[in-house]
Amino acid sequence: MVGLDEARHSLKADIAVRTEKLNLWYGTFQALFDVDFSVKRGIVTSLIGPSGCGKSTLLRCVNRINERFGYVRTEGKVDVLGHDIYAPQVDLTQVRSRVGMVFQRPNPLPVSVRKNILFAYQLHHGKQSSKAEADTIVEKALRDVLLWDDVKDRLDRLATGLSLEQQQKLCIARLLPVKPEVLLMDEPCSALDPKATETVEELIWNLRGDYTILIVTHNMAQARRASDECAFMLMGEMMEHRRTEDLFLTPTHQKTADYIEGRYG
Amino acid sequence: MFLATELNLQNYKVQGRWRLLFLVMTVLLILPVLVILTLLVVRGGGAISWEFLSEFPRNGMTEGGIFPAFLGTIFLVSLALVFSVPLGIAAAIYLSEYAADNWLTRAINLAIINLAGVPSIVHALFGVGAFVLFFKFGTSILAASLTLAIMALPVVIVATRESLQSVPQAFREACWSLGATRWQTIRRIVLPNAISGILTGIILEVSRTAGETAPIMFTGAAFFLPFLPESVYDQTMALSLHLFVVSTQVPNVPENLPYGVALLLIGIVLTMNALSIGFRVYLRNKKKW
Ligand SMILES: Nc1ncnc2c1ncn2[C@@H]1O[C@H](COP(=O)(O)OP(=O)(O)O)[C@@H](O)[C@H]1O
Ligand SMILES: [Mg+2]
Repeated sequence: MVGLDEARHSLKADIAVRTEKLNLWYGTFQALFDVDFSVKRGIVTSLIGPSGCGKSTLLRCVNRINERFGYVRTEGKVDVLGHDIYAPQVDLTQVRSRVGMVFQRPNPLPVSVRKNILFAYQLHHGKQSSKAEADTIVEKALRDVLLWDDVKDRLDRLATGLSLEQQQKLCIARLLPVKPEVLLMDEPCSALDPKATETVEELIWNLRGDYTILIVTHNMAQARRASDECAFMLMGEMMEHRRTEDLFLTPTHQKTADYIEGRYG
Repeated sequence: MFLATELNLQNYKVQGRWRLLFLVMTVLLILPVLVILTLLVVRGGGAISWEFLSEFPRNGMTEGGIFPAFLGTIFLVSLALVFSVPLGIAAAIYLSEYAADNWLTRAINLAIINLAGVPSIVHALFGVGAFVLFFKFGTSILAASLTLAIMALPVVIVATRESLQSVPQAFREACWSLGATRWQTIRRIVLPNAISGILTGIILEVSRTAGETAPIMFTGAAFFLPFLPESVYDQTMALSLHLFVVSTQVPNVPENLPYGVALLLIGIVLTMNALSIGFRVYLRNKKKW
């Protein structure tokens, strides 16, 4: 077996997301402090930490969706696939086609299931040439998230009428046709019941390898079960980032140990 | 066991009194409306006929119909909508979807709300100054409908902005995170879901505009014209002004004539409101989230 440090070395080129000295302010409130963080390609990295510590904020830096608020200021660097996405010539639409996002509450658009899947694809490729082509895209995306059998007979019904679990799967599926590299997921299971959580978790684990997945979770068991690496944040700082196993078995920081043992949260 | 105590009974008594008070208030509120409607139908119903709708007034406006006034109101309101709706919707979209949330935007929003409360006679005087005199449109359909449009504008903006903001933010975030521009988001998701509210607001505005008298009185509506207007630079008759004229300015008008005009005017307004409500219900049943 290759040691983690060795692996880290050999995979240097295989970093999907890297932040350097990332600071972020909401107005005058600083939410991120000098965050240095690397996410390896093709694995699941989970982000844990007490509520309000900046997990969502960090995640939203990676597709620059934080900027929807006029009062957000970001300093430092965020590289995706080796390119600084905060560089002036960078096009936001392009960033968002490479970096997809799944939200805490499933948020399918209030249009049909089919249109949900084709929405992003059409944004980035224009209208596809034929109905057959569109059908192929829809079927492939839905099969990839194990939703095809459930919804194949109601592709033209409103997506907002699906169950929460199906909605969340659909929200993942609609990212896939544009072939993103990175999938950002902000507590994707927290609105779901335990059974649904399990299937969505499984689905995320299956997407691993094809996509780099960065997932925020407050569910320790989930982080432990379903991630290769795990990063612990506290009050806007990156405390510790290691292999999930190592982080849970032998945390280096007392704070990490306290958190994963449930002493605060 | 489980029997009401003295205190319970006392509470029920108090609750009963409040209930009665609210009921009386409600009845008092509805009563005048019912009385007005009944009175109009009883006294004016007899005046409504095909001749009434299709003929010119005759004999010093004491006989004949109200056709030119009816047509004039339609002209004025339609033209006012042509001016105010595109402008109002565009402004609302800008304010709600594009403008940064800063003191300037908030000041503008406040100003618009206050503008909606400006008395119509003030709008009328503004219309005279701006459209009749400064732009030299004269007293004309154009000047009158522009004045009505200015008056309708804040209401259209407020109604549109409110329906835009009732579209959940989560939809916008979903769109943006997929790489949609602001406009793509607005065009494909926000507007289709806000349109029912926007249209309802506009239809309600139509009914309000149709009944206005002051803003058109000095800017383009005439007491009596023996012919129909030929262009937007002509004056026109209008129902609301006609009602004012036949009820207060002309001698020897048969009693049922003003009631008939009032009934027609209120009929138009109620039809518009009913349309708007029906439309809203129809669209609401179609959308779900
Ligand atoms: N839009 C915002 N405006 C102002 N402050 C915010 C905003 N979003 C988050 N914050 C603040 O930033 C900090 C980090 O928030 P967040 O990233 O949502 O934490 P987490 O996802 O770890 O719970 C919190 O203190 C929160 O109050
Ligand atoms: Mg969060």
